Amino acid sequence: MSEQPTTLPSRKAWSPRKRQRIGRGAQYTLLIVVAVVLASLADWGAIRQSFFNTQVAADGLPRLFTVALKNTVIYTISGYVVGFALGMLLALMRQSSVAPYRWTASTYIEIFRGLPALVIFLMIGSLPLAFPGLQVPGGVYGQAALGLGLVSAAYMAETFRAGLQAVPKGQMEAARSLGMPHMRAMVSIIVPQAVRIVIPPLTNELVLLFKDSSLVLFLGVTAAQVELAKFGNDQASTFASPTPILVSGLTYLLITIPLGYVARRLESRQRGKR
Amino acid sequence: MSTVEIRNLHKSFGQLEVLKGIDFTVEAGQVVCVIGPSGSGKSTLLRCVNLLERPTSGQVFVDGTELTDPDVDIDAVRRRLGMVFQQFNLFAHLTVLRNVTIAQERVLKRGRAEAEEIARETLEKVGLSEKADSFPAQLSGGQQQRVAIARALAMNPSLMLFDEPTSALDPELVGDVLSVMRELAQDGMTMLVVTHEMGFAREVADRVVFMDRGAIVEDGPPEQVIADPRHPRTREFLGRVLHPEGADDE
Repeated sequence: MSEQPTTLPSRKAWSPRKRQRIGRGAQYTLLIVVAVVLASLADWGAIRQSFFNTQVAADGLPRLFTVALKNTVIYTISGYVVGFALGMLLALMRQSSVAPYRWTASTYIEIFRGLPALVIFLMIGSLPLAFPGLQVPGGVYGQAALGLGLVSAAYMAETFRAGLQAVPKGQMEAARSLGMPHMRAMVSIIVPQAVRIVIPPLTNELVLLFKDSSLVLFLGVTAAQVELAKFGNDQASTFASPTPILVSGLTYLLITIPLGYVARRLESRQRGKR
Repeated sequence: MSTVEIRNLHKSFGQLEVLKGIDFTVEAGQVVCVIGPSGSGKSTLLRCVNLLERPTSGQVFVDGTELTDPDVDIDAVRRRLGMVFQQFNLFAHLTVLRNVTIAQERVLKRGRAEAEEIARETLEKVGLSEKADSFPAQLSGGQQQRVAIARALAMNPSLMLFDEPTSALDPELVGDVLSVMRELAQDGMTMLVVTHEMGFAREVADRVVFMDRGAIVEDGPPEQVIADPRHPRTREFLGRVLHPEGADDE
């Protein structure tokens, strides 16, 4: 045991500090080499011409916001409202004392969490094939709200369930001991507190839904109904340039990054409160 | 007619029998304190009186209504019973005032103005009128418990149930809660109190009930049960509670 300290330094000549410095130096060197190679290989003129073409970008400008972003927001919010209501209903059904309600809710959640959102949109788009007279009220807007709502409801139901379970048991006991029937206690006491608890994850769900709204593209929309992804795609084919897609992408980030930031802030604030 | 009458009450949680045949009454205007070691079933007994726990067998009557009758409207009975919990259980998302008005409005169907007037009166009674617009998290434990008492009182209960109301409080906050309870008792409120506060029991209670291992061991006036217990188990328990440090000397 006493021999080890004397043998170790002789085998490894470098001190830990020196080894760390050399390691870091190697990482920086690699980074510089990669950057220099990329910079010398890339055709900057062509890249600017195709991805950062200001003329092409300017052409879409008013409509990017007045039509595409506006529709994206409409699709997202209407889908969110449907998902919120249906998700809450499913979460309450999962807690029901009537077993078939629980089974229905669990089955729904399993199925819709397991399906790609795209498949659900394709299914909604093809409903008229099965029922020729069938019209989803609100046209594409109704279909979008339905599709995004069906998808997000499954996730929101799980979130709400966690929120309902996080409300201390004593809250229900206090409400019942004041003579409130079970349903009244849920509505006045438990659900409002559960919703407060799940605000951060629900904000994240809004971010996800905002991105998923791009799937409306598959419903077949008119020029007035176009959202960001389709708008970028259409512009890209018109001008034979990827710039509009990049612009659409940046517009998504304009919303999703601040919203994600808000969600993280809410989350840390809530953690501080508990 | 007794305010509370309990006949041969049994309660089991799975294999564990917590209450083993309780017979017991509370008369109108009485203050009854239930004491006993933890796990003796005293909280379960209290929770059976407003059916937060369902008795396994036996009967519970409140103001002559049998709660254990399956057809009874339990919400209607609970309206007449105030309950104060160890952990306060104030509604965390509502202001103090709203905590006191919500059940008045939703259960007793009082109008907003009337409910608020009654709420302010009861908050005044517990000495917290200036906290009406605070949220529970902004109050100390003692203040929260006094709001919980006000919330129950605003429903004009004919009986108040207290489940170890001071056990979760810092020692310096216990006094305020006990003095509110003492005033209630002086006003003639019928009270059933599960407590470890022997001083309170001795001073305020008309009767003290000592429970151990799911049964009532001794039931009588405080000067008898606390000052001159008949049963060795009562004596042993009181010895430990009243002289927690002296117990090891012998």
